[in-house]
Amino acid sequence: MIPASFDYSRPSSLEEALAVLGDAGEEAKVLAGGQSLLPLLRLRLAYPTTLIDIGRVAELRGIADHGDHVFIGAMTTHHEVVRSPVVNEHCPLVALATATVADRAVRHRGTFGGSLAHADPAGDLPSVALALDMDLVVRSSSGERVIPAADFFVDYLEPALEPGEILVGARVPKLGPGWGFHYEKFHRTAQAWATVGVAAAVRRSNGTVAEARIALTNMGPTPIRAVAVEAAVRGAAADRNGALREAAEQAAEGTDPPGDLHARPDYRAHLSRVLTHRALLAACAV
Amino acid sequence: MTETDTAPAGTMGEVGRARRRKEDARLVTGRTQWTDNIQLPGMLHVAFLRSPLAHARITRVDVSAARGRPGVVAVFSGRDFAAEQGSLPCAWPVTEDIVIPDHPPMAVDEVRYVGEAVACVIATDRYRAADALDAIEIDYEPLDPVLDMTEALTEGSATVHEVGNRAFTWKFAQGDVEGAFRDAPVVIDRTFVQQRLIPSAMEPRAVVAQTDGDGFTLHSATQIPHILRVMLALTTGIPEHKLRVIAPDVGGGFGSKLQVTAEEVLCLLITRRLGRPVKWTESRSEGNLTVHHGRDQLQRISVAAESDGRIRGVKVDLLADMGAYLMLVTPGVPLLGAFMYGGIYKMDAYDFTCTGVFTTKMPTDAYRGAGRPEATFAIERAMDELAAELGLDPMEVRRRNWIRHAEFPYTTICGLTYDSGNYEAATDRALALFGYDELRAEQADRRNRRDPVQLGIGISTYTEMCGLAPSRVLGSLSYGAGGWEHAEVRMLPTGKVEVVTGSSPHGQGHVTAWSQIVADALGVPFEDVSVLHGDTASSHKGMDTYGSRSLSVGGIALVQACEKVREKARQVAAHMMEASPDDVEFTDGRFRVRGTTTERTIQEIALATFAAHDLPEGFEPRLDAQATFDPDNFSFPHGTHLCAVEVDTETGATTIRSYVAVDDVGKVVNPLIVEGQVHGGIAQGIAQALFEEVVYDADGNLLTTTMADYLLPSATDLPVFVTDRTETPATSNPLGVKGVGEAGTIASTPAVVNAIVDALRPYGVRDVRMPCTPERVWRALHDRAPSAEEGASV
Ligand SMILES: Cc1cc2nc3c(=O)[nH]c(=O)nc-3n(C[C@H](O)[C@H](O)[C@H](O)COP(=O)(O)OP(=O)(O)OC[C@H]3O[C@@H](n4cnc5c(N)ncnc54)[C@H](O)[C@@H]3O)c2cc1C
Repeated sequence: MIPASFDYSRPSSLEEALAVLGDAGEEAKVLAGGQSLLPLLRLRLAYPTTLIDIGRVAELRGIADHGDHVFIGAMTTHHEVVRSPVVNEHCPLVALATATVADRAVRHRGTFGGSLAHADPAGDLPSVALALDMDLVVRSSSGERVIPAADFFVDYLEPALEPGEILVGARVPKLGPGWGFHYEKFHRTAQAWATVGVAAAVRRSNGTVAEARIALTNMGPTPIRAVAVEAAVRGAAADRNGALREAAEQAAEGTDPPGDLHARPDYRAHLSRVLTHRALLAACAV
Repeated sequence: MTETDTAPAGTMGEVGRARRRKEDARLVTGRTQWTDNIQLPGMLHVAFLRSPLAHARITRVDVSAARGRPGVVAVFSGRDFAAEQGSLPCAWPVTEDIVIPDHPPMAVDEVRYVGEAVACVIATDRYRAADALDAIEIDYEPLDPVLDMTEALTEGSATVHEVGNRAFTWKFAQGDVEGAFRDAPVVIDRTFVQQRLIPSAMEPRAVVAQTDGDGFTLHSATQIPHILRVMLALTTGIPEHKLRVIAPDVGGGFGSKLQVTAEEVLCLLITRRLGRPVKWTESRSEGNLTVHHGRDQLQRISVAAESDGRIRGVKVDLLADMGAYLMLVTPGVPLLGAFMYGGIYKMDAYDFTCTGVFTTKMPTDAYRGAGRPEATFAIERAMDELAAELGLDPMEVRRRNWIRHAEFPYTTICGLTYDSGNYEAATDRALALFGYDELRAEQADRRNRRDPVQLGIGISTYTEMCGLAPSRVLGSLSYGAGGWEHAEVRMLPTGKVEVVTGSSPHGQGHVTAWSQIVADALGVPFEDVSVLHGDTASSHKGMDTYGSRSLSVGGIALVQACEKVREKARQVAAHMMEASPDDVEFTDGRFRVRGTTTERTIQEIALATFAAHDLPEGFEPRLDAQATFDPDNFSFPHGTHLCAVEVDTETGATTIRSYVAVDDVGKVVNPLIVEGQVHGGIAQGIAQALFEEVVYDADGNLLTTTMADYLLPSATDLPVFVTDRTETPATSNPLGVKGVGEAGTIASTPAVVNAIVDALRPYGVRDVRMPCTPERVWRALHDRAPSAEEGASV
């Protein structure tokens, strides 16, 4: 398809980007890797007046170890995240999930921040952000604010960003020793979005689950924490004898799974249970 | 796997070598001429406004606002073309009473599918053209859509055209079918759904039309420049000799570019109006809506058999969805399968009925395999069901029924003569490569353990009829054209060779294969051959490329043209060496007087015919010749494909664990090209089994407009194919070759579905509708239909 016309600007610093964004009005859009935004333009599902390409804003790119957390800049590409030793060591769930995003071509262009800011419940990173309780750092010309992941995903494709705000990056808490991680993604082709995905972080002690954080991809208009599972699994034996499966039976509680050509809601609900069980087993390494 | 052959230029034994394709260096480095790459001075761009409704009367059209938009040069609606646009042709009126509705390239009064062109904008660039579409106003009065074939044939159904929804009913019967079914110990009766598919060529369709005020030139991403020229002359009234059609580089077709499209006609009409060149290139979504679709049949197949599994007879009753109109060969597609529901099996009775049905959807037409994949699917699925019913191994049931090697040539119940084949050899090889017995043992073990991941084994022992086709047979089937092919071989003064072929490559590698054939036939280096194609000005005779016909028809024309060149050269050689032509032998590009060392190379002779200083009496200068070949018979490749799948019974997901294909395509000119065709073919067949499906909603809106909704597998989703060949030469042509372009697609779909059903048989599952998505498999396992709220048909 062919996009409608728009103005284009490519600032080279964050300050300049914020200024341009402030001036451009509500119909302006930030352009990151373009892997979600350009399809919307080409299908004429979005008609922004101006695209502000932040691809040259160096401050937004990169990964830094800050002791208790890792900071991932919004413009860091999926490819860079997957390759990062810091991410792999301290927040492996991010690397695991990112490695399942689309294909190499998309991972070389698509960005970490774009994936969060797009707030697509079928995206793999929003549920990871939720499971890990990331803090999302946002800037506008009037300053910076920090939005917990739990407050960031407001509705379908609707992040808690105000006009004029740019997502700078996310603080990813380092979970200490004893935690295991897994991202279980079910999709129909290797390049397809998750039909359902499950992000799981589990802390074990003495052969039982001490604490679990589980978030679901594509089980409603936003990513969603599987709180019922998190509660049910606490204290469960971390083995294959059935306790994890039983806890996982709660996975669809409180969700509102969409129906589309790839899966109807009841099948998604079923998948969420099976996949949550598998994610728990893998995160417990049993 | 085929090793590539990078042997240096040698002249001998080119046929059979795994030559890398001559075409590829240019294609992979982007030095291509796709239609969309063509830029002409003053060229304008066309965008089409398409119907948003499946069925409606057009009550008002107002294009005036669009005319004022920036960059817009002209805006037309169907009414502007009504007097001159004619009707898009259907060249295959399969019965005498067939209904062929008028098919205006641009709708005038009524639209009958979503995506039908209703107006167009011509502007200075494609963005402005697309922008101005918004300003066209059209009022519609909605009519009832017609979406389900069975309903469409019931009394009182809404109709697509006034005449009703039945386009034709075509029947064919041989033997005593009633007798075969009466008291048959076993009858298998199944209904299979061949879902609708979108042929997804890498290169979208594109058209560039231009005129110099006298003649017209049309560049199009087409498979059929020659047929297109004739058809466009007939539909537009542009005299044939004033119309040149060029298929430049064409990036795949799979049948979708075997068409006379509305856009081709309209671009010519627009250029005729405006006197300026115009270009149209479809977007992928536009393509999903309006590239003709494939398959879409409801197949009822009944097999009557003895209790030992031997088949008595087969009955087939098809409903074939035509879509809203009959396009170039729409009604003929299901009939290309009519003679193939017997597969490789012997039987005494056969009965086939096909009814073509109109619906308010995009018309269907040829898609890789056209008719034969459907037939092969139905009979190969039915053979597995027969085996299950009898508690026999599915391969054993096939062995009991297939035509034995010693029985060839064999005339089937359908009246086709299979010239050669060796099903035993291909099957034995496939079973060995596959490890059939070991996999069966593992399957038994998993069943015993109630492993949540079950193993299934699927068989497809296919044959197909291709190499379209004997003109005489096509005539008897009411097809509007012949099935011959043409070639011209010209030796140039410097000894190089220029070949003109009427076959029209769009990814197959003709240039390489043709060079190999000529190198052997004339004893010239492979590198010294070039091939011209796809331009009606340079290649004046041709029937184009489809139906796996290029090599087995066009390649034979080439062989014959080479023979003529050789014989002419022999005359000249004899004259030059003062010998009798009968005493002149030809080997490796040299003519030698028998028993002497006196010789002339073919290159020397080419030069001598150019100079023409001393030629035999009556010899016309230049060393060249033409030949046209019309085959006596179809080509019948065959093979055995085996597929092992793992089905996760918890999620319903299918993973192909191994896939073995042993194909017999007769003599092989280039094993690398054959392997490429087999790989691509298998992938496309697997795609039908597991991924692809066109979905229209209850109002007739297409839901699968993007590749996020219409899933195509990529290499990552496919297993490593184990391929091998047996070689039973065709006896119907001098090269012994058979077609290979569609075989993989025809073979693989039933192999995969048979494997899935085999995995699930212990759970009582007897069929899974294609594509066998995880959700469908899960529902089959849990016998769980979705509730109304969750959506209709799975
Ligand atoms: C074929 C294909 C398959 C895909 N499959 C998957 C998949 O399996 N899983 C998955 O998770 N994703 C998938 N994606 C999406 C991919 O991950 C995208 O990269 C991602 O969703 C968006 O990132 P982007 O950098 O491309 O953002 P863009 O497309 O440039 O932007 C997306 C949205 O976010 C806004 N935005 C971007 N960056 C910022 C910022 N820093 N501040 C404020 N707003 C911002 C934009 O304005 C826009 O609204 C796929 C994409 C494609 C094309």
